[in-house]
Amino acid sequence: MIKTGKISKVLLLGSGALKIGEAGEFDYSGSQALKALREENIETVLINPNIATVQTSEKVAGKIYFLPITPYFVEEVIKKEKPDGILLAFGGQTALNCGIDLYKNGVLEKHNVRVLGTPIQSIMDTEDRDLFIKKLTEINVLTPRSIAVSKVKDAILAAESLGYPIIIRSAYSLGGQGSAFCKDKEELHEMASRAFSYSGQILVEESLKGWKEVEYEVVRDGYDNCITVCNMENFDPLGIHTGESIVVAPSQTLTNTEYHKLRELSIKVIRHIGIIGECNIQYALDPNSEEYRVIEVNARLSRSSALASKATGYPLAFIAAKLGVGYGLHELKNSITKTTTAFFEPALDYIVCKIPRWDLNKFDGVSHLIGSSMKSVGEVMSIGRTFEEAIQKGLRMIGQGMHGFVGNRIAGFKNINDELAQPTDMRIFVIAEALEKKFSINKIHELTKIDKWFLYKLKNIIHLKEELTNYNSIKELPVDTLQEAKILGFSDFQLARFVLKSKDDKIANDLITVREYRKSKGIVPAVKQIDTLAAEYPAQTNYLYLTYSGTEHDIDYSGLKKSVIVLGSGAYRIGSSVEFDWCGVNALDTIKQSSYQSVMINYNPETVSTDYDICDRLYFDELSLERVLDIIELEAPEGVIVSTGGQIPNNLAIRLYEQNVKILGTSPLSIDRAENRHKFSSMLDSIRVDQPRWKELTSTGDIHGFVEKIGFPVLVRPSYVLSGAAMNVVSNKDELGHFLEMASHVSRQYPVVVSEFIENAKEIEIDAVAGSGEIIAYAISEHVEFAGVHSGDATMIFPPQKIYFETIRRIKRITRQIAKELDISGPFNIQFLAKDNDIKVIECNLRASRSMPFVSKVLKTNLIELATRVMLGEKVEKPHKSIFDLDYVGIKAPQFSFSRLQKADPILGVDMSSTGEVGCIGEDFYEGILKSMLSVGYSVPQKAVLLSTGEPRSKLEMITSARELNKKGYKLYATRGTQKFLETNEIDAEVAYWPDEKDFPNTIDLIRNKKVDLVINIPKNLSKSELENDYSIRRNAVDFNVPLITNARLASAFILAFCKLDMADIAIKSWDEYQTL
Amino acid sequence: MKQKIKLILEDGTSLEGKSFAAEKPVSGEVVFNTAMTGYPESLTDPSYKGQILVLTYPLIGNYGAPRTEMENNLNKFHESGNIHISGLIVSDYSFEYSHWNAEDSLGNWLKKNNIPGIYGIDTRALTKKLREKGTMLGKIIVDKNIPFYDPNTKNLVEEVSIKKKQIYGTGKYKILLIDCGVKYNIIRSLLERDTTIIRVPWDYDITGEEYDGLFISNGPGDPKQCLATIGNIQKAFDIEKPVFGICLGNQLMALASGADTYKLKYGHRSHNQPVIRTGSNKAYITSQNHGFAVDNKTLSNDWEPLFTNINDETNEGMIHKSKPFFSTQFHPEASGGPTDTAFLFDKFIEMISKNKKVVLV
Repeated sequence: MIKTGKISKVLLLGSGALKIGEAGEFDYSGSQALKALREENIETVLINPNIATVQTSEKVAGKIYFLPITPYFVEEVIKKEKPDGILLAFGGQTALNCGIDLYKNGVLEKHNVRVLGTPIQSIMDTEDRDLFIKKLTEINVLTPRSIAVSKVKDAILAAESLGYPIIIRSAYSLGGQGSAFCKDKEELHEMASRAFSYSGQILVEESLKGWKEVEYEVVRDGYDNCITVCNMENFDPLGIHTGESIVVAPSQTLTNTEYHKLRELSIKVIRHIGIIGECNIQYALDPNSEEYRVIEVNARLSRSSALASKATGYPLAFIAAKLGVGYGLHELKNSITKTTTAFFEPALDYIVCKIPRWDLNKFDGVSHLIGSSMKSVGEVMSIGRTFEEAIQKGLRMIGQGMHGFVGNRIAGFKNINDELAQPTDMRIFVIAEALEKKFSINKIHELTKIDKWFLYKLKNIIHLKEELTNYNSIKELPVDTLQEAKILGFSDFQLARFVLKSKDDKIANDLITVREYRKSKGIVPAVKQIDTLAAEYPAQTNYLYLTYSGTEHDIDYSGLKKSVIVLGSGAYRIGSSVEFDWCGVNALDTIKQSSYQSVMINYNPETVSTDYDICDRLYFDELSLERVLDIIELEAPEGVIVSTGGQIPNNLAIRLYEQNVKILGTSPLSIDRAENRHKFSSMLDSIRVDQPRWKELTSTGDIHGFVEKIGFPVLVRPSYVLSGAAMNVVSNKDELGHFLEMASHVSRQYPVVVSEFIENAKEIEIDAVAGSGEIIAYAISEHVEFAGVHSGDATMIFPPQKIYFETIRRIKRITRQIAKELDISGPFNIQFLAKDNDIKVIECNLRASRSMPFVSKVLKTNLIELATRVMLGEKVEKPHKSIFDLDYVGIKAPQFSFSRLQKADPILGVDMSSTGEVGCIGEDFYEGILKSMLSVGYSVPQKAVLLSTGEPRSKLEMITSARELNKKGYKLYATRGTQKFLETNEIDAEVAYWPDEKDFPNTIDLIRNKKVDLVINIPKNLSKSELENDYSIRRNAVDFNVPLITNARLASAFILAFCKLDMADIAIKSWDEYQTL
Repeated sequence: MKQKIKLILEDGTSLEGKSFAAEKPVSGEVVFNTAMTGYPESLTDPSYKGQILVLTYPLIGNYGAPRTEMENNLNKFHESGNIHISGLIVSDYSFEYSHWNAEDSLGNWLKKNNIPGIYGIDTRALTKKLREKGTMLGKIIVDKNIPFYDPNTKNLVEEVSIKKKQIYGTGKYKILLIDCGVKYNIIRSLLERDTTIIRVPWDYDITGEEYDGLFISNGPGDPKQCLATIGNIQKAFDIEKPVFGICLGNQLMALASGADTYKLKYGHRSHNQPVIRTGSNKAYITSQNHGFAVDNKTLSNDWEPLFTNINDETNEGMIHKSKPFFSTQFHPEASGGPTDTAFLFDKFIEMISKNKKVVLV
């Protein structure tokens, strides 16, 4: 070990709320780093406002600050905690950027805080494109020819010297934000202007579109020993951001010389830059020679490093942290084998396939094209021993109703040629259709530039599918073909669809028929270990996957202790992310303390729950009925927990139950009673609990009739979501007509649910745990916004500050009734509407909810631990704590990623659109609001605010806060109606003209020229031009990086908070300093 | 439907797969390698003589078979003049390949060389069996049965070694290369460094040759079979010109110096073997393929270990305490595998130019 001076306390910066380009992978890397430090008996201090993460848990980090990761707050924490060292590489670009600022401002030096691991200079050398290229040129390593510029004018000159098309990149980029392909001057002008709003410098670069994209994960210790842990090859060629690409590991189309040439270069580069720890290096490789370019180096843990860790079993973040405190690689052990050395390059005997998950359908107006900037919100990793197996598994894991590469119900693509040449989020399925339509491999290759090898493999799947359709019963199907189909990753569902030609209403049974037949022929998957060394030596590992290219299990199931299986939450998506990972991990922790072995099934490489050392056995595999049954048959567990992984396991509950699987906790029959709208509704009626009036309707006539009866506005949701008509609130006949037009499928098979929508109602939630129908613990919280904003997008207050005791009493009473009626044993969540003291139930989930980690951490009572103990059959005492004991307030605020979603309207509605959240603790409501808003990227405005406050009710809502702004000396700009309203209320504001008006000052100019530093735009009536004007204001605010709020109640709360409190008023207190009475 | 074909092991195991190459029965020793790239390099590596090779990486054949191009009288993309394995066992064979440098599929290449290939085998399960057994004989059967054959009873080095002296290059330093089954990339690595290579058979009487440095190559089988080479090396030690040995060369130099070799419980058959410069903190990832090792405990007083395997602490090379003799158990020439230790060729040339021992790491 290299002696580096005393390190007894280390500060680690997290990455904050999950956003596109910076998601759960940093919870995993941070947690690993904290574990590595704990082993060294180093005290740890963590700053991360993302309260739903595993890393912000008691046993993971020493002290936890739920504060914004900004230089101001980090310095305040440094002053207070006086750490010896700081780790910047584990919190993504957020932590890295913050660290660079702290270094440049001299804060680190002033407080004697050493940067552990890679020196700051090395980080800056990789982040500043100019320095980076200079640095690599010094050692004759090639980078794309490029020119760094800081003005739009110079960008155009540069492009002319390089020749179009070109790509522009901005320094300090985050997931490719501010990088784009430009085919001509016009595009460049537009893109460059936008990029400069995020960054002072951009790079104009030769385009290498169509080259292979290959990445290496490289590690270097203080002794200059280097390894590359994994290489990865993008299925999609350069031009598509690696976060948007399907990626395989290891590389598949590289020869030994290519592989090792790039490996050798990686080591050369990492040495020259001086990384200590881990970095990621991205190459472009010419598909017709060994020509290469180094595209970029990320001198920190990244999405790719998390993927590489999961792909190989080599814990990069853990090792990087150890190297940061002075270890050499050869002095550390391989965590999988525990006997061999960490100075080692894993040998894989499988292929992994990473597939991105997009949720673009959630956004109005967003472009579905994929390219050089990232839009995906999550990813999956599948493991197989053929490419076909891996990709088909992966496409199922994505969880958007796909059954693999083939066998999906997708409406045909209009123009396959165009779709191939200009890829969208559906590109893989376009390839499937092209192959089915007999496009040649050459043609597809020409249009997509995807290496033919991948296309040949995909064609194998199409071939086999065609063969399968020649048979009409499973018994006719030759056993060899059946076996072959399983080796190529076909699911029992696909087999039923192709061979049995099952109708949608029969297929659930038919796939069981296929399953039984196949088992009778001995065609079952084999369990294989991920051991980092391809079986060269014996290794005890619990990291497992299943494959049909195998005849023998690596695990001997005889004589194992009884296990309990926890089903994970799958790909992160809008509506389900790190919070369910926290729930799963806590369920496993609780099982570990019991007499059972803990088993996890999950496939999301960004998570902590897929870290093999958090459970006794990890199956990195599908959460499909088929695969879960496969595992259950091997494990013969005591039972399965379906309530901590969000909706995916919840949806499996009843089907597992039908297959005689023991589900722990609440009965699947009860889950069904809560999930099925009709059953739930009649249950509420029978226990006399109120709910908004609703009806499921199958014809437009009925819909109009029902709406006439209950009156506008109404909430409408089609059951057939692919139609493009998402759930929506409609407030008049026109809108309803428009909606029904989009939902062209209204029929008996695709009904529409219409519910009464109550305006200006408070939304209140309860998260609770019950045992045998009896409530054990609960947490009630309220939303800042009125109902109508999806609960995942709402700002949540816990404990509630502004609701009547009577309301609380009624909510508790209703909750008790429901828990009893459904005989709940485990976690659950109910959402209520409250207007005056009128309480209606709008939703009930008999599983852990998104807010479970937030309320558990604020209340300091781990609801998941209690719930798991209930489910394990333990006797659980009610905790002696109530929300009235809390002397502080928790605020959970959403994080949006609109800046990445070009053209999407950044507006909130009944469908969720946030990608993450934070949870902060305040002395009071306003302090909590301020901390949480600053944590999700808002800043306190310095000069001026632009107001456009919509309908009269929201105008009224904003009066007090507008007046406060005036008092504080802010300059106010307002659109005409708003200005008039403010004027009559004696508030000074200057008129700002609408985007489509020619007069000055114009709203758009104010935004683009940063004349305002906060935009409040409240959507109002829906006349066309108003809509477009409002959209334009909102979109410009997002594109030019000016903070935007679109909800009057939230805007008011935020404004009042920063008007009442100065930065210095914000308490720098760690979680443990907030005491309950 | 593809022809079914069987692999039968001497312990009675019978595995059925499908053929993707020559449909011909063969017997040999079954060995594995865990490398994820480099099957053309392995197939043409003379160290695999007599062996049926199992690749643990399941997807094989992706980039086909490299085209033929000669450079310095050596096939540029092969490690020797022909394929040396007796048979190839994989899990998933890629019937279609894609690479700019490929001229044929792997299956056809094998077929042309009349070598059988099987896919559809659980190569992981097979590897676990092989690693425990140490040496496992096996045979590939299409229809007619054939007997087992133990290649280790033969002098395999004799089979793969060049039959008569051959000269390559016109560089400044004359290197006498004793060919026990040399990989072309060793010759290439030396030629790149301003040398002339005099490649001679394994049992060639070297006393008449003039040279600046002696190189002892890699090769197949048990080092103790190569008595003639050992005798030659002993003579060379007396001359005191620089000597460098790789793999089998390391073992032969050890035997020549009076040390002993033994069969490893778990052989090293991969591209990811970690070695450390003995007594330092400098570590390297190396390519290896050997079942025998030098016993460090038996090194004479004049020699010391040069590199040590970090995982099992076995000998990975040795160096003479005063004279310019050294050897490695791993393959600095890589091909396939990592190139971390290619600098050792520079060190060998440095020794030659100074005609004395130099600091290696």
